[in-house]
Amino acid sequence: MKRKILVVGNGMAGVRCVEEILALDAGAFEITVVGAEPHPNYNRILLSKVLGGEGRIADIVLNPYGWYEEHGIALYTGVEVLGLDLDARTASLSDGIELGWDELVLATGSLPVMLPLPGAEKDGVIAFRDIKDCEAMRDASRRYQHAVVIGGGLLGLEAARGLLNLGMQARVVHVLDCLMERQLDPFASKLLQQDLERQGMLFTMEAQSESVLGGDRVQALRLKDGRILAADLLVMAVGIRPNVALAKAAGLEVKRGIVCDDHMRASRPHVWAVGECAEHRGIAYGLVAPLYEQGAVLAKALCGAPGEPYTGSTIHTKLKVSGVDVFSAGEFNEREDTKAYRFRDDFSGIYKKVLARDGKVVGGVLYGDTSDSGKILQLMKEPDGESRLAGLFGAGSKSVQEAAGVEAMAPSDIVCSCNGVSKQGILDAIKTKGCTTVDQVKACTNAARSCGGCKPLVQDLLKLALGPDLAEEKERVCDCTDLSRDEVVAQIRAKSLSTGKEVRMVLGWKNEEGCSKCRPALNYYLNMLYPGRHADEVSSRFVNERLHANIQKDGTFSVVPRIRGGVTTPAELRKIAAAAEKFKVPMVKITGGQRIDLLGVKKEDLPAIWAELDMPSGYAYAKALRTVKTCVGSEFCRYGVGDSTALGIALEKKFEMLNTPAKVKMAVSGCPRNCAECAIKDVGVVAVEGGQWDVSTGGNGGVSLKGAELLARVDSAEEVIDLVAAYLQHYRETAHWNERTAPWQERLGLDAIKKVVLDPQIRPGLVERMDATLATYKDPWAESAKDAGLWRDPQAQAAPAGRT
Amino acid sequence: MMVPGGPESATAPACVKVPLKGLLPQQGRRVASPWGEVAVFLLSNGQPRAVLNRCPHKAGSLAEGIVCGEYVFCTQHDWKVCLKDGRAALPDVGRTRVFKACILGDDVVIEAED
Repeated sequence: MKRKILVVGNGMAGVRCVEEILALDAGAFEITVVGAEPHPNYNRILLSKVLGGEGRIADIVLNPYGWYEEHGIALYTGVEVLGLDLDARTASLSDGIELGWDELVLATGSLPVMLPLPGAEKDGVIAFRDIKDCEAMRDASRRYQHAVVIGGGLLGLEAARGLLNLGMQARVVHVLDCLMERQLDPFASKLLQQDLERQGMLFTMEAQSESVLGGDRVQALRLKDGRILAADLLVMAVGIRPNVALAKAAGLEVKRGIVCDDHMRASRPHVWAVGECAEHRGIAYGLVAPLYEQGAVLAKALCGAPGEPYTGSTIHTKLKVSGVDVFSAGEFNEREDTKAYRFRDDFSGIYKKVLARDGKVVGGVLYGDTSDSGKILQLMKEPDGESRLAGLFGAGSKSVQEAAGVEAMAPSDIVCSCNGVSKQGILDAIKTKGCTTVDQVKACTNAARSCGGCKPLVQDLLKLALGPDLAEEKERVCDCTDLSRDEVVAQIRAKSLSTGKEVRMVLGWKNEEGCSKCRPALNYYLNMLYPGRHADEVSSRFVNERLHANIQKDGTFSVVPRIRGGVTTPAELRKIAAAAEKFKVPMVKITGGQRIDLLGVKKEDLPAIWAELDMPSGYAYAKALRTVKTCVGSEFCRYGVGDSTALGIALEKKFEMLNTPAKVKMAVSGCPRNCAECAIKDVGVVAVEGGQWDVSTGGNGGVSLKGAELLARVDSAEEVIDLVAAYLQHYRETAHWNERTAPWQERLGLDAIKKVVLDPQIRPGLVERMDATLATYKDPWAESAKDAGLWRDPQAQAAPAGRT
Repeated sequence: MMVPGGPESATAPACVKVPLKGLLPQQGRRVASPWGEVAVFLLSNGQPRAVLNRCPHKAGSLAEGIVCGEYVFCTQHDWKVCLKDGRAALPDVGRTRVFKACILGDDVVIEAED
């Protein structure tokens, strides 16, 4: 029988502890997590980002529901634990269930302190602690204007920043004359106040709140000195207190928090506490790093793994307040026996101060630039830190300082304070695990996974470790080879290599069967070089091109029939409607490319729905010509000077089914008003007065906005088609697989491309090769109906014949 | 999780059979089973593999992924999942359930690992 662990609290501390347990011994326990909030574990530190649209709740979720499922963790959300019986080892839940446990982990976190002001029970008086509070703030911002935040600490300022983002007027009322006095010295705190005032935040300092005024809803806050501040939303952010009611009622020893020993054991056997609800050696922590350290110690104790006991955390703060970097550690207010080192740069808004006593560094504050924080923490550990302060305040440009920042760090210096990842830990991950991006480092080491504040440092470390290699890497086809695209294509030609397998063997691929990048790339290059002769390698195509439909997140597919130029007929629409009804298609959607998407089609229904539609495939799934978007043009539009629909249909008919390195989108507009938006298409054609057409290329409206550039002005629709054939063939022959025309055109240069496709000697060859390629294509949906083999098997994967 | 009629119950079928002729090398196939939907593959060397058809990342379908050696690349976000042990390749971390798969006569026979 597996031992049962019950974790009360589904927040950052509790779930991190569970992660540590899984890492040590994934199979040893049956784990149940109960959380009062109706959400999976999210990053409370980033709550303010959810306000004002910087992020959505999904973006701050640390462990999605699937994570619990995947690790076999039973999760109860929106459920409270009402009582604990420590003798019977049971817990009773608010939904009536009773759970038994062998080990109990209390991770109940903390509660916001609500000032007992008269009138504090009115509507519109809230805390800033969880997603529910964020939702209340968002609702208020739609109807009200004046927000007052009581508390000028970190939490209060974050709340005020969020309210500003929501378009409210935000005033912070603070009892002292300095903001964030627990993290900043008076000078840094004044700098911060000025910066925040510039952002539009209002401050009422040295003000004590007396009562909340209004009817059912708050209307104002009265201060002790008689001033009245208008407020139709009042946020109390004056602090937090450990949430210990449950522990107390169960009979555990509770002082400020649940009293724990050095292994996070509470006062009764098999009961443990972690995070903000726990009190260790007299301290209840409220920052994420100590909570994570506690979680690691507790996990080891539960798994019986050897490990150092928890002896407390050095408290330091490194954060971004409203876009300003601040850091502090240890003592940061001067006393008689301390010596202060200061650096100030009013121009860049940087302030640094380090305090020393008897030759030892005892703390410091950094404002505006926190790249020296690791250095300060390190020096604080050394007996003669003061003598090594030199260099910390050196002049020089910011970039020089930053580069020196990571280089100067000692290997043991902590880069990610949230997760305790050192410089060496990250360098090891780069070296031994081959990380080349921040995301990879994040996945390997957990660095930058919580508040994200150390991302720039991780980036700097990547640069430091891989400087030249990073650039080299971009050129390679993939990790399976050191060869570039051009080298591979040249070798295929020179050695007459004829299959992907042969290419990989002869050119010494590191993985015999390649990877998901090079397999489709090689197949494309071979198809491009030997049209009609290379047998398409179906198993090297991405699923969408194999099944001629777009796979969706739930494993169903989308089906888009060809509607050339966006011009359809009532009969065609009836056919689509009938097919959608027959196959109970869950969503029918008009696409951005002027056609109709049938979403949610079952895999086994694909051949049947194509037969029902009896229309050509729209290739909405392929690296191929997608659509040609058109405006109405001269046929109906009073401005039209060219027949854009006719040309669009002709272009689509000509180039449909053409495989290209990446998807290709076209548009044709009937006049320079350009309603078809040609400027953001791979190929855009605009009619100009006098029967001429402007052909622009290399535009992109997706990932990276880029305006198309004029390739040429031509005299007829026929010449448009000829020029587009040459342009696309040149693109097919020289682009990297998966490279859109925009970056390709930028890489080669428009002038160089013009020299090729406008050259009367070269162009006919390109057009001829294009036509030879086009002649090999057959509509895959129609072919599937003829194929009696595997394709008729509802689950089979084989593509119908006739593909190149 | 208990599945009605699953291997945990007394009457559970011990295995699932998939006809070999429905499989192609380096391609997968979705198969319903008492343990959930299984992705069954034939590697290029003809050996069968079977894993739960759920990518450890976001539960994407693995059956249609590109198969390279012992690995399949998920159709959704290109996670590389090992068909031998079900683990995601570093730097990604996660694991999907693996089943025993062997060829018996004209079938691939899939059984739960014990």
